[in-house]
Amino acid sequence: MYRSHVLICGGTGCTSSGSQKVRAALIDEIRKQGLEDEVNVVETGCHGLCEQGPVMVVYPDSTFYAQVKPEDVPEIVTEHLLKGRPVTRLVYNEAVTDEGKVLSLNDTDFYKKQVRVALRNCGVIDPENIEEYIGTGGYQALGKVLTEMTPDQVIQEVLDSGLRGRGGGGFPTGLKWKLCAPNKADQKFVCCNADEGDPGAFMDRSVLEGDPHSVLEAMAIAGYAIGANQGYIYVRAEYPIAVKRLEIAIKQAHEYGLLGEDIFGTGFNFDIGLRLGAGAFVCGEETALMRSIEGKRGEPRPRPPFPAVKGLFDKPTILNNVETYANIPEIINRGAAWFASMGVGKSKGTKVFALGGTITNTGLVEIPMGTPLRTIIEDIGGGCPNGKKFKAVQTGGPSGGCIPASYIDIPVDYDHLAEIGCIIGSGGMIVMDEDNCMVDIAKFFLEFTVDESCGKCTACRIGTRRMLEILEKITSGNGTMEDLDKLEQLAYYVKNNSLCGLGQTAPNPVISTLKFFRDEYIAHIVDKKCPAHVCKSLLQYTIDPAKCKGCTACARQCPASAISGKVKEPHVIDQSKCIKCGACMATCKFGAISRQ
Amino acid sequence: MKSLAELQAIREKMKNTMSMRDEDASGIRVVVGMATCGIAAGARPVLNEFAKLVQEKGLSDRVKVSQTGCIGLCQYEPIVEVFEPGREKVTYIKMDAQKAAEVVERHLEAGHVVEKYTMAKSGLK
Amino acid sequence: MENVTLKINGISVTVPKGSTILDAARAAGIRIPTLCFLKEINEIGACRVCVVELGNGRIVTACVYPAEDGMEVLTNTPRVLDYRKKTIQLLLSNHNRSCLSCVRSGKCELQTLSHELGVDDEGYYDGVRTESEIDNSAPHLYRDNSKCILCRRCVAACEATQGISVIGANHRGFATTIGSAFEMDLDDTACINCGQCIAVCPTGALSEKDDTAKVWDALADKNKYVCVQTAPAVRAALGEEFGMPMGTDVEGKMAAALRRLGFNAVFDTDFGADLTIVEEANELLERVKNGGTLPMITSCSPGWVRFCETYFPQLIPNLSSCKSPQTMQGAIIKSYYLNKVNERRKAAGEEEIKLEDIVVVSVMPCTAKKFEITRPDECGAGVSDVDVVITTRELARMIKRAGLDFVNLPNEGFDDPCGESTGAGVIFGATGGVMEAALRTAVEWITGETPGSLEFHDVRGTAGIKEASYSVGGLDVSVAVASGLSNARKLMEMIASGEKKYTFVEVMACPGGCVNGGGQPQVTGEVRNTTEIAKVRAGALYSNDAAKTLRQSHKNPSIIKLYDEFLGEKGGHKAHELLHTSYEARKINRTM
Repeated sequence: MYRSHVLICGGTGCTSSGSQKVRAALIDEIRKQGLEDEVNVVETGCHGLCEQGPVMVVYPDSTFYAQVKPEDVPEIVTEHLLKGRPVTRLVYNEAVTDEGKVLSLNDTDFYKKQVRVALRNCGVIDPENIEEYIGTGGYQALGKVLTEMTPDQVIQEVLDSGLRGRGGGGFPTGLKWKLCAPNKADQKFVCCNADEGDPGAFMDRSVLEGDPHSVLEAMAIAGYAIGANQGYIYVRAEYPIAVKRLEIAIKQAHEYGLLGEDIFGTGFNFDIGLRLGAGAFVCGEETALMRSIEGKRGEPRPRPPFPAVKGLFDKPTILNNVETYANIPEIINRGAAWFASMGVGKSKGTKVFALGGTITNTGLVEIPMGTPLRTIIEDIGGGCPNGKKFKAVQTGGPSGGCIPASYIDIPVDYDHLAEIGCIIGSGGMIVMDEDNCMVDIAKFFLEFTVDESCGKCTACRIGTRRMLEILEKITSGNGTMEDLDKLEQLAYYVKNNSLCGLGQTAPNPVISTLKFFRDEYIAHIVDKKCPAHVCKSLLQYTIDPAKCKGCTACARQCPASAISGKVKEPHVIDQSKCIKCGACMATCKFGAISRQ
Repeated sequence: MKSLAELQAIREKMKNTMSMRDEDASGIRVVVGMATCGIAAGARPVLNEFAKLVQEKGLSDRVKVSQTGCIGLCQYEPIVEVFEPGREKVTYIKMDAQKAAEVVERHLEAGHVVEKYTMAKSGLK
Repeated sequence: MENVTLKINGISVTVPKGSTILDAARAAGIRIPTLCFLKEINEIGACRVCVVELGNGRIVTACVYPAEDGMEVLTNTPRVLDYRKKTIQLLLSNHNRSCLSCVRSGKCELQTLSHELGVDDEGYYDGVRTESEIDNSAPHLYRDNSKCILCRRCVAACEATQGISVIGANHRGFATTIGSAFEMDLDDTACINCGQCIAVCPTGALSEKDDTAKVWDALADKNKYVCVQTAPAVRAALGEEFGMPMGTDVEGKMAAALRRLGFNAVFDTDFGADLTIVEEANELLERVKNGGTLPMITSCSPGWVRFCETYFPQLIPNLSSCKSPQTMQGAIIKSYYLNKVNERRKAAGEEEIKLEDIVVVSVMPCTAKKFEITRPDECGAGVSDVDVVITTRELARMIKRAGLDFVNLPNEGFDDPCGESTGAGVIFGATGGVMEAALRTAVEWITGETPGSLEFHDVRGTAGIKEASYSVGGLDVSVAVASGLSNARKLMEMIASGEKKYTFVEVMACPGGCVNGGGQPQVTGEVRNTTEIAKVRAGALYSNDAAKTLRQSHKNPSIIKLYDEFLGEKGGHKAHELLHTSYEARKINRTM
């Protein structure tokens, strides 16, 4: 019996900022102070505020410590765990009021507006302990489904909830199951797409690291619904913590008889295998993913036939992503109506977003569908840092588009975003401020898809490459207005002619930046200027002779020896040597160097 | 696992542990003063007794046990405050583990304030 | 069967459910161009040339998209035509466009589509090109990936048709190239040199290693005595290179052309085929009589032999020790025939031809024959049995370069003595042909009587695996015939496991036999998808056979004479020295 629980984040973000060392120091210190029988240290999954890692929560008062270092640990143990006085200076600053009062986690701006369904257990339970999952109601849904519901009722419940695929496609999950259920075969499969690959997106990783059993439970439920008894989780090998926790979870579920044969004595058998992906983005595409599980080169194939008819090993298969599955047990436990009460229109429930880019609170947030973008950016995200002006947000990663600042009040849901050519995608949100060049952003995403194209179909293999070449030409100041036409035509060609979703959506960043920021393209082409001062070829650093004191600081700093001048005389930059690193401008104390 | 009952048993077992992490503030809060003075006067066994009994008796979904710093009345330590929504705060003084058990049983479980240990009883307000 | 009715360009068409849009369009008399599509083996929708527009504006690939009831399909809208053109332009932007000097020029599917789709600026999308290397490591093949358009037809031929899979896609995205695992040289893999990859390549990326220069040099060398022999299947396809319909037998024109190219002697490998049957039928009877290893399996297809050595080394004892017809014939030319020529020359007071000055050129439908002549035990007369192998395609190139008007050449015959053949020899070029030829002789040898019908229809046709059993003179003979190595693999697995027991088995590496060999004229994907090439070409051989009076190998007078004058006993010492060979077990990847 512990009187206090200290939850320390063992997610990837906090692990890389040193949470394991903090955890070791904590256990050590607690032992030193003789509190090991009173205070329980629990390693959890992600809390969402990765920016603030390593993070730690002390229960029962739910004090949220941020950026904890091992040397802070003795103070926390003595002051807080022993004497009950939170160490205010280490508490997440948003959780300390102006009067110095320490707020509980859920009272902070970052958490207050969130509704955690998929992430309900992340940061709350020990993901390596199945009993903690069961203690929060885990495997109740599977029990209910197996003992009280028919497969059709399960499918109907999921249909009624309005849950749509959280991986990017947004296809109604219940419908997917319904289409697969009647297909007769000697073997069917339930697959989980844990090959999260969008740059900056890590929703699924967090669920797997923080609440792996919710995915296993949901897959078993899906297996019961469609008549499958074998599942596969295809998870990126680059997610070692997630892989380890899944392995532990599968093993524990077996030990407890929640996977395997005759679950709950109902005669239902279900097993799950792990398959590790080798880091190809295209393997997030369902047919490529299945080929990869089969041990072949991960390449998509044309559909139809859809996996519901002919999927893994040519057998009827359903594939959902991690976040989608994480919602399922809650839908079963709390009912479709509860789930459908959240969200708007045809977008029900909540969605997890990974906030990144130029935003104060980077991290994971889960909000009801239809929450205005402004709430996400300003209230939860805390706006752009350093007082910079918010310019746009890229949703859906390399497959999505950008939402310009003028649409900041748009409700974030499938249909509203689709109206302006954007997608929710898997939930990446990359925030951009006035210092981001939109042409450069489009180029960045296209570079990604060019790298990740599998090379099977002509449109994607060569088309995206040629688009990138045109963008490179434009950002280097050599583009023409004809190139812009060529780019736009090619973008629509690639969108319409590519074999799979990767190619069909690859041009989206270009199409949407052309739609909302065409003037930036034109500035690069006609004026040979990059308005955000990002594209190096279009930049020029110059020294104002009137302001230059001849201190030589810039010349000493310049890595390319491009600056010359005598002491106490104005210096000059040799443009042919300048590599536009900006070091001189940062060094100059007199504001004599400008960038144009 | 061959039956739902087995699952329920584990859930029950874990419920008290897990409910400590609930953020629901609607229940009773038991706060033990754990400043140097409190600890010196023996607050730690009091705190642990509360924590143990609340969990053992399955009260943790409505009772939270936590500690605080110096309450300011060092000569009456160990001090325990009980906050209950809609009711006046009750302050117990000069507590020990045995008294704590009594408070758990009579106050937290049965709802009767154990007057003899309260600060009010000792004439302080 | 359930049908679906849809409209293509406004024309209503009803097709069986499960048909693709491409099938339906064909039924409606509407052609949709294709490039990567090969029916049954490469239905991957990768090239995007066959895109069409659906009623809802969606763009889909006709080759794989199922025809649905009530569907509206438009195949020629400006949008579709623009997309197809862009696809070709993009392919061209990453294509080595040295078309004027390309081996495939004039017959290149990319070139044809470029014309058809109105590509006016082939360099419109030019940019960086994918890095690629030339692989000419194997004796039969030249891969120039700068001309590869990644249609994967070669990969499909290797994997689906042949079950070998020594090539596949390496790298990804724009860097994708076709090659062997770990970028091994093809020659270090288990490639069996069949050339089916070349046969299906739409561009000049894959071609046979061109050995015509060696032939021209030999022909020009006054000191060389150059003999040529042509395999049975060549006559059934060579005409295609000159615009003649598929299935035209051009035996006579071919002989005339070879003579005009300047060969000193124009022979027919059909003679070698007859010789093979005599030796092989004899070997079979010996094995049956003496309890030798059965089933005996034919060894005239060098691709098959290498496959067996690599994947079924335990079946090497089952392989007939007979050489293939071309090397048997080469050995006879360099011994028996050379003796005859020199006797004549001596009598005429002319200078004798030295063994090293006689050159044997084989014209083969096969690229594996280029490998076969490099095998160690293929030099019966002390020198290489055959010096140069050229394919049907290479011969066509020589005829064109020599300016011969092939179509209008007279029909001529072959030279004696290695030019005389029976109908049994000519059907070697079709799957089941060796089996049928062997039965024609073996049955007679066992029973002492000429079979009532010389035609064994059970073993004819292009089915992948054929079986038949006969009761011959009280002896139960069961036979099987496989063509295409994925079929052969199935058959061998059944034999190796003991599931099936046969007396005699024929295997040809290429599906349908030599008429569909890797050295035969290339046929476009569209024609492949609508024509049974092997069947049409084999028709020419069976007609040729039917028209002959002599249809049993052992009745070939030249063969009888050969044994009488030179070889002595069938399967005797001399025959073994000249006409039999040996095999070796091989590793799958030579360097690993």
